Amino acid sequence: MLEWRRRREPSTLMLLASPLIAIGLTMVIGMIVFTAMGYDGFHAVESIFLTPFLEPQRWGDIGVKGAPLVMIALGLAIGFRANVWNIGAEGQYVMGAIAGTGVALLTYDMTGWWILPAMVLAGILGGMAWAAIPALLRVKLQVSEILTSLMLTYVAVQFLYFLVRGPWKDPGGFNFPQTRMFTADQTLPTVLEGSLVHLGIPAALVLAVIAWLLMEKTTAGYAIKVVGLAPAAARHGGFSAARTTWATMLISGALAGLAGLFEAAGPFGQLTPQFPVGYGFTAIIVAFLGRLNPLGIVFGGIVLAGTYVGGEIAQSTVRLPQAATGLFQATLLFMLLATDVLVRWRIALKRRVA
Amino acid sequence: MTSAMLVSILMTLIAASTPLLLASLGELVAEKSGVLNLGVEGMMLCGAVAGFAVAFSTGSTGIGLIAAIIAGVAASMIFAVLALSLMANQVATGLALTIFGIGASSLIGAGFVGRTITRLQPVFPAMLSEHPLLRVIFGHDILVYLSFALVAAVGWFLRRTRPGLILRAVGENDASAHAIGYPVIAIRYAAVAFGGALAGLGGAYFSLALTPMWADRLTAGRGWIALALVVFSAWKPGRLLLGAYLFGAVMTLELQLKAAGVTWFAPEVLAMAPYLATIAVLTMMSLGRKTGRLDAPACLGKPFSAS
Repeated sequence: MLEWRRRREPSTLMLLASPLIAIGLTMVIGMIVFTAMGYDGFHAVESIFLTPFLEPQRWGDIGVKGAPLVMIALGLAIGFRANVWNIGAEGQYVMGAIAGTGVALLTYDMTGWWILPAMVLAGILGGMAWAAIPALLRVKLQVSEILTSLMLTYVAVQFLYFLVRGPWKDPGGFNFPQTRMFTADQTLPTVLEGSLVHLGIPAALVLAVIAWLLMEKTTAGYAIKVVGLAPAAARHGGFSAARTTWATMLISGALAGLAGLFEAAGPFGQLTPQFPVGYGFTAIIVAFLGRLNPLGIVFGGIVLAGTYVGGEIAQSTVRLPQAATGLFQATLLFMLLATDVLVRWRIALKRRVA
Repeated sequence: MTSAMLVSILMTLIAASTPLLLASLGELVAEKSGVLNLGVEGMMLCGAVAGFAVAFSTGSTGIGLIAAIIAGVAASMIFAVLALSLMANQVATGLALTIFGIGASSLIGAGFVGRTITRLQPVFPAMLSEHPLLRVIFGHDILVYLSFALVAAVGWFLRRTRPGLILRAVGENDASAHAIGYPVIAIRYAAVAFGGALAGLGGAYFSLALTPMWADRLTAGRGWIALALVVFSAWKPGRLLLGAYLFGAVMTLELQLKAAGVTWFAPEVLAMAPYLATIAVLTMMSLGRKTGRLDAPACLGKPFSAS
């Protein structure tokens, strides 16, 4: 018989290999399930996991979808390391976009280089403010940040609906529920001429490096990890759990808000009810796929962005419904969590009891 | 206020509260055994879509309810294998289950959008169930009565029976329970399955009783409110009943104000109400709390391994 045996030390090999095993298992399961449902399972999996990466004309699209995922996931991962479970990044993303759009609507008849930086600042502050509420409740009253941050997501989305249908509706927009289009000074510059690739993509990569330096090379990063792994030891070491909660929540709120502003000032160019697409939730999968490591998250963001792009390809090639993308993403997270066991445990032959 | 209006408001209140009560009662039992399953919303959606699809295909809401239970339990078993057998992080696993439920229900439900079925019928004969006043008591479907019966049954089970005591022991101190010889993991599997069954039924209440028509993301975050209700209840079934009806009242008020055409609130502001109320209630719970961790089971959310 086989049994699980605890490893003396976590396996570094498995730490790196388990995300790849998880992706492989997700592809196999996806193939089986979608074939059983009457779709062309093989081509569905090929479209979602391979085609986006093999066709260079898709890479720009992967970058556009990957940038917000990476930015949000970087912040979430820092929190998860400290056992702070901000799962309301979607709400902070929306509030960041709303705050930035507020600046855009105030300045729509102005010009100047300062407008976009002001929007960026507003976006960061908007996300931080929305994350500060669960942080305050957790630190002062021990209210679970899991539930409050999630509830605030629903509130933020309704607030967005209220704004675009009411006070912020474009006066010249034929009564459609959407804001004015942003002006040239309010739009994120593109990096590659004639493509969708905007400033948010290099920004996400730079932020990943900064987050890596923070977590691996500074005392603050060390404190965050100790608070998460050994709260009692952290107290002895003089690391404050309350300060860690504040810091990690505000960082993740800031990054989610920034991602939201980039999305509004980039691909969208305005706010519409279709703005919240669930990046805040998918970023949780990105964080885990990247093993909560900032550089791993860049890899995770590329894979998950690929599933979005690939999901669209599969809609046209094998008529796979859009919802299948979400199912693939959930399966991937299931497989990641399942293969995680290999890091700390190994399978061995059962020892005979003498 | 006329008695007819009052009766109608009470009927809405009971209908709005029942799915919350069912789902949160199941989660309460799972949490009492020490398992935090954040996948309630996902399990509810699985139950909702399975119940609708089967009821639509067979023409029987009864068979639909059974399918909803099976779907809820099946979804909860994905969680159990990962979080209990493979010791995965329970928060992340529960979130994955919700993302899964959203995707699966949307995929399966795609063929049913806009289709309708005959809704779940009242249990009692028309003479009672359509009586202008007595329908407050006799005018409900089976799940309403079941939800009340289950509150009593779960309360009795947890407090007065030996298996209930063992389940609580597993949640309070898994290592000791294991040392005495109780199968910790097996008991937690059972508690998670019970939670899955009730979440499935709670979800099916949306698709089979409230709106007998399929729409994407039908449960609209009620699974998360059910999770908050368990905290509100301080893990006591009686208080859970109170909490579920309190939230039912908030949602009823939302519907009544909308129906009455109250315009000084935007509809979006009204739609925020249940979520803001959840935050308010969680905050008040903490303010009123005297001891450490809100009476939560001591092992809540912690993985257990025998070796």
